Amino acid sequence: MNKKSPYTINNRTETQPKVSDSSTLTNIATTEDQAPSLPDRAPLATRWQSFREDRLPWLPGTVKQARRFLQNPLSLSGIVLIIFFALIAIFAPWLAPPDPLRAHEPYRMPRDGFSLQPRPPQMDAWKTFPPDWHKHPFGTMEGQYDIYYGIVWGARNAFRIGVVVVGIAVLIGIITGSLSGYFGGWVDQSLMRLVDILLSFPTIILAIVLVTVLTNPGVRIFGLSFDRLTALIIAFTFTQWLSYARLIRGEILSVKEKDFIQAAQAVGAGHLRIITMHILPNSIYPVLIAASLDIGSVVLSVAALSFLGLGPGTDFADWGQIISYSREWILGAHGNPFHYWYVIIIPSVAITLFVLAWNLLGDAFRDILDPRLKRR
Amino acid sequence: MIAFILRRLLLLPVVVFVSTGLIFSLMQLLPPAVRVALYAKENPRAWNDISDLIRIHGLDQPIYVQYWNWIKGISEGNLGWSYSAQMPVAKALQSYLPATLELTVMALIPLVLGGIWLGTKSAVYHNRAPDHITRLMSITGWSLPTFVAGLILLMVFYGYLGWLQPGRLSTQVTLIINNPELFTRYTTMNTVDALLNGPNWTVFWDAIKHLILPAITLAYVSWALIVRIMRSSMLNVLREDYTTVARAKGLEERIVINKHARRNALIPVITVSAIVVGLLLSGVVITETIFNYFGVGWWFVRAATQLDFPSVLGFTIFNSVLWVLVNIAVDVLYSYVDPRVRLT
Repeated sequence: MNKKSPYTINNRTETQPKVSDSSTLTNIATTEDQAPSLPDRAPLATRWQSFREDRLPWLPGTVKQARRFLQNPLSLSGIVLIIFFALIAIFAPWLAPPDPLRAHEPYRMPRDGFSLQPRPPQMDAWKTFPPDWHKHPFGTMEGQYDIYYGIVWGARNAFRIGVVVVGIAVLIGIITGSLSGYFGGWVDQSLMRLVDILLSFPTIILAIVLVTVLTNPGVRIFGLSFDRLTALIIAFTFTQWLSYARLIRGEILSVKEKDFIQAAQAVGAGHLRIITMHILPNSIYPVLIAASLDIGSVVLSVAALSFLGLGPGTDFADWGQIISYSREWILGAHGNPFHYWYVIIIPSVAITLFVLAWNLLGDAFRDILDPRLKRR
Repeated sequence: MIAFILRRLLLLPVVVFVSTGLIFSLMQLLPPAVRVALYAKENPRAWNDISDLIRIHGLDQPIYVQYWNWIKGISEGNLGWSYSAQMPVAKALQSYLPATLELTVMALIPLVLGGIWLGTKSAVYHNRAPDHITRLMSITGWSLPTFVAGLILLMVFYGYLGWLQPGRLSTQVTLIINNPELFTRYTTMNTVDALLNGPNWTVFWDAIKHLILPAITLAYVSWALIVRIMRSSMLNVLREDYTTVARAKGLEERIVINKHARRNALIPVITVSAIVVGLLLSGVVITETIFNYFGVGWWFVRAATQLDFPSVLGFTIFNSVLWVLVNIAVDVLYSYVDPRVRLT
């Protein structure tokens, strides 16, 4: 806690948050006995309250928004779906344990034979929980890869790719965007023109070119060659950071002229300190929210590339890869057009629900954060 | 206005220069033996010694020398030989572009008109049944991957119902089209040519039948954006004072919505239409691959995966030209819808 924050609280009590009150009060009740050991300090409850009001003025509003968020059926179902997929991803080693011999590469789907023709879901695999993937609870796809195994590990892969890509892209975007917005001048001009031109490429097109170049066996950057997964992550990071850089630059331009920045300059704070301690905390939230909601669309684009045959590998547990195996089986068998429905419907439902969950969340966020809609 | 357009067109060479430069420098990561394909102006089967070619074309020289050489080739109108299409790049663009244009126009018209109409309805019936249905549809459309939508449509309409097929034309119709005595090709856009030839309804219906599914796929995935923007901007406009005034002076609700509110609400939609074109181009790449529809997107995927860089660079030029033109069109439309905006 900052020493400078005043202990006194004067007539601010009506802005107390409601939800966190009960929990903090019980905390305080247990820790209050220790208060005498800090004689020159105010009681913890008072200190927490003053800290909350000085340092976390957004808390009551956020709590109110979070409550509104959870009352909306659409955003609630988004959250429930994301938690569902997160649980699948976390418990993937338990839901679909890889064979001991291949435990070091669990993302590679095991195959049960080499026949091209998919096999339908087996109901007796569902007698136990988790179902035994060796019995093919969702059937097999072309080449006898187990669909259930692919879906489960694909969920983990989706989270991994989404979080890694968005995380790195946000970092790059924040660094370049803040340099650009803070320093202005030719740095700003050249960076933003570069971003403009790169944004003229549709994401998928730039990513396809990057992936094909990086995965070429002849390519070495600093002596390193890239496997296909790394190449995909690099390609999508490269296309994602652009919009974050732009967003944070705009935010910084509006914060930069505020009085507290001038005050910081006046007391002699360096550029790095001003950017990291004063500007970024005041401008980073829109970027973080936009970024976290991009996880769905990143996963979608990666799956699209997998579908086009540029995925991490033919036996890699990626939903796009699984769907690309279903391309030859949409016609079904003679007399039963939907004979092979499971090879397309099951992975399609998985990826659509995953992306839908993030979009539902994003829609709710946009409604809550849009100040024009708040008036009503 | 013409001065404005001309001035903006001056930007075109800059955009082409920088974006091809970026792709070109990306290409420098590849070993010279792969890149030498870029310099084969005719069919590479005539090659004898790769190392000779690398030396002749200076592939071991610094990037700016190589890029300058390539630019010189471009300014002479020579885009190089496309390995993936087995023809010169310029000719490949010429033959694939009409197909994509046909598809995009077919998708764009229902996409824009339907999006605007649904967005308006959604805002007028705010928080009532039509609004909820539209929002749900647009958000599921937004979440449905293009390739999933395409495959499921194919499964139902090709596999189950057998009404529509992938590809660009049926085999029998291709025979008609390729026979110069029966059919003259004016634009290589099948629908337009069919109408100009007579009209030849067999070809026309066959072309339309092959266009419907890819067009629906392409439109369904991107109309969510238009609906969403239209809805929120319409909601804002309906709360403006001039809407209240229009109602207060006794205008019919239909006229208030169509004349007063909608025209103003269109402004943000025009702004995002540049994004929509980008989305469509991404969508074209996937849609054409699924439906085996031989257009620019289909060609691009093949070219890029085969490291056919003359074609990728040709596609990049096409993309830059499209981007600049779309941005000009957006600005012009903007000034038309909103008279306060002056083109300077």
